[in-house]
Amino acid sequence: MSMNRRTVVKAIAAGGALVGASVMMPRAAMAAWAESAFKADKQDAAMKALLGSDAAADSAEVTLKAPDIAENGAVVPVTVRTKMANVESISIFVENNPNPLVAEFKIPAGTEADVSTRLRMGKTSKVTAVVKADGKLYSAAKEVKVTIGGCGG
Amino acid sequence: MAKKILKVKAKASGGKTKVKMMAKHIMESGQRKDKKTGELIPAKFLQELKVEHAGKVVFEANLGTAVSKNPYIAFNFAGGAKGEELTMSWTENTGASATETAKIK
Repeated sequence: MSMNRRTVVKAIAAGGALVGASVMMPRAAMAAWAESAFKADKQDAAMKALLGSDAAADSAEVTLKAPDIAENGAVVPVTVRTKMANVESISIFVENNPNPLVAEFKIPAGTEADVSTRLRMGKTSKVTAVVKADGKLYSAAKEVKVTIGGCGG
Repeated sequence: MAKKILKVKAKASGGKTKVKMMAKHIMESGQRKDKKTGELIPAKFLQELKVEHAGKVVFEANLGTAVSKNPYIAFNFAGGAKGEELTMSWTENTGASATETAKIK
């Protein structure tokens, strides 16, 4: 074998770095889940952490469908839709929840910016949908009244 | 592998596929108290959900604790045909994860 000590050490070091990298990789991929944004207890802080800015322009092109009165705060159906082009993501915030950020949906090219889901609301609050399109933020908000909260036990 | 938690209905029509997903999951928010002990029940919720079709990511969701129990998500994407397969992978905040598949109808 022509491998001398130096190359062996190097190989081990490189291998170690590789192992380290592969351990780190899934974590890095996981970073898609923005912990600081989901843990933030203020809507503007959550928006900043998730989208880099809390300045979203109100836009009539963003449609937020939510009930006026949610009888059961544990299940509030919400639909966000927009006809804008180049939509990157749709995020939903509930202002008065302990953690306002509800969910972030990534919209790859070819997928329609039309997402429905169901969310929990602790109490009556403004629900805001933020659409990121072409690097800019657009939002639509709606007040939803909750008669029975969905966060407590 | 754990039991399948996702129920997926995907229907192809007019060049696009409508996907409706429902995950059977408690989505424990970490803010509820155990009625007997008075202690907080630790959070346990789905964090990430990714849907792939023909090797391409068509939808990705990062969920928080404020998503309802048994989360329901619906979306549409262009393409897809009857009989093709969708691959869903999810990750829980506890680190648990799985990949499931469903056929487009």
